[in-house]
Amino acid sequence: MEYVNPLTGFRLDGRRPNEMRQIRGEIGVVAKADGSALFEMGNTKVIAAVYGPREVRNKGQQINNQALVRCEYGMANFSTGDRRRKPKGDRRSTEISLVIRQTMEACILTHLMPHSQIDIFVQVLQADGGTRSACINAATLALADAGIPMRDIVTSCSAGYLCSTPLLDLNYVEDSAGGPDVTVGILAKMDKVTLLQMDAKLPMDIFENVMQLAIEGCKAVAHYIREVLLEHTKQLECHRGA
Amino acid sequence: MEQRLANIGRMTVNEKKFIETALLSDLRIDGRRPFDYRKLTIKFGRHSRAVDMESLCVVAGKSVWAIRVDLHILDNGGNLIDAANIAALAALLTFRRPECTLGGENGQEVIVHDPEVREPLPLIVHHLPVAVTFAIFGEGNIMVIDPTYKEEAVMGGRMTATLNSNGDVCAVQKAGGEGIMSSVIMQCLRIASVKAADITSKIKNAVDAYNTERALRKVKRHPPSVALEVCVPDVIMEENQVDELSRHEVQNLKDEPERGCGNDGSRIGVETSTTRGKNNVFIGGPSSWDPYSKGISSCFISSQDLPGPLKLAKEQEEAKISQNSIESHLGATNTGSSGPVGASVVSQQANSPKSLKDAVKPKHRKKNKASSASDMS
Repeated sequence: MEYVNPLTGFRLDGRRPNEMRQIRGEIGVVAKADGSALFEMGNTKVIAAVYGPREVRNKGQQINNQALVRCEYGMANFSTGDRRRKPKGDRRSTEISLVIRQTMEACILTHLMPHSQIDIFVQVLQADGGTRSACINAATLALADAGIPMRDIVTSCSAGYLCSTPLLDLNYVEDSAGGPDVTVGILAKMDKVTLLQMDAKLPMDIFENVMQLAIEGCKAVAHYIREVLLEHTKQLECHRGA
Repeated sequence: MEQRLANIGRMTVNEKKFIETALLSDLRIDGRRPFDYRKLTIKFGRHSRAVDMESLCVVAGKSVWAIRVDLHILDNGGNLIDAANIAALAALLTFRRPECTLGGENGQEVIVHDPEVREPLPLIVHHLPVAVTFAIFGEGNIMVIDPTYKEEAVMGGRMTATLNSNGDVCAVQKAGGEGIMSSVIMQCLRIASVKAADITSKIKNAVDAYNTERALRKVKRHPPSVALEVCVPDVIMEENQVDELSRHEVQNLKDEPERGCGNDGSRIGVETSTTRGKNNVFIGGPSSWDPYSKGISSCFISSQDLPGPLKLAKEQEEAKISQNSIESHLGATNTGSSGPVGASVVSQQANSPKSLKDAVKPKHRKKNKASSASDMS
């Protein structure tokens, strides 16, 4: 199957190889949560809600000198083509929960909030490839909305390699093609990589190209997220009546 | 049990600071350099049926075998991923599945042949993906390979790269934790490819040795008395040596700290006599003591299942070590027999190139017979 048209260079959905899908972020979608955000990457729609910092529910897990960060990743039954029977608790969900938790924990200034707990709940409403990246971006927005102190904003993007071309931001069809899938998460201003996951085989120099492409994608997402946050802050300022 | 789990991440502040400060000067707590692996020993069980086999139903005349790899962790000394990966690869390489052919009335029935009847077949392995784990310390500046248990408790983050010897990156896994620059990642991948090639060769050597041993075992079966033969000259030497020594030198040996399984107390006392000289000189650097160097004592892995020749190799090794130490000690006694204890210990460092025959002088033998006779009575 030709994922990249040899004549025009377009992909199946009409994008160029180094072009991302359209992204959209919205803050404050869940009223009850301390912070929440909706993030869309193309057809992938993800909602994140953050509760915290609040008192630790399970005293046994309490950490004395920093905050406890918990994360739960779930996919709605209707998110994929075939109805999912088990939204949470299966192995993939557990793994992605762990990945998101560790990525956000690296950027939250947990030592400022000892004896407390921060819960991040991420729910996938529509899955079309790149759910992991969309979840991390949504979690960043939600944490910023909750006012939790962070080192830097964490953004994530995926890239792949099909038909001898590095492709940015794979959708579901390209993802299920069986080629390598590199997911990268960076701390935007510090230019440091926190998340790096790859399956399938790639020669090392091609891997470097694909990783660099994914990092560029992450920086573009970071640019957009910064704009969204600035816009939101200006609106808050307006509501306060400056 | 819960308390033990709860203590996994809780190291004292002093320990944490110690490890981090040491890493700033490229020192690790077990004496390795930042990019050194620990010693790798691969031991195979008698039957390589560590892999369970289930045959699935026939699909259009083909049979599909499902391979399951069960990994049991016996002792966690840190860096489980790499160890489990090497164990799984070694198991898969030495695995043999029974041969099956089509037969029966209509040629559709699948007949699985007994391993005794037809030689079982190995799995076809295209390449060996080897995992190499890096631990990240100090805001992404310091990376070390193959972290120990204590380093894992202190590290800021970890990254595992899986490569094969062809230079392909099979997988990379870095789930959160301390951030690192992308240039550092590429550098780590380059180091990992060198390490992966090294480990691949070690696995292949171990697998080849095991396969030849297994083939030999199939051809002819030796009784385990072969192992005893090697020990016999050793025993003679030991007796002579003990009779030769003066009183306080014998006591000196017995005071040596014991090491290892403790099979033969006197033999181990002789073994450590050569190393004791080195330990006397204290340089204040990191100790080269690795608590996991011995690993699980082989008596724990049901020793009756260990194949004969492997045990043979181990005995030979022990015999060689004790022979060397006997030589050097005898050299020392010949030079200064009635000297102070300290001097004789230091002079052990100079290994005399004399053979065993030279060490046993005829006139001492008469003395031995006389004293041994008196000892026995």
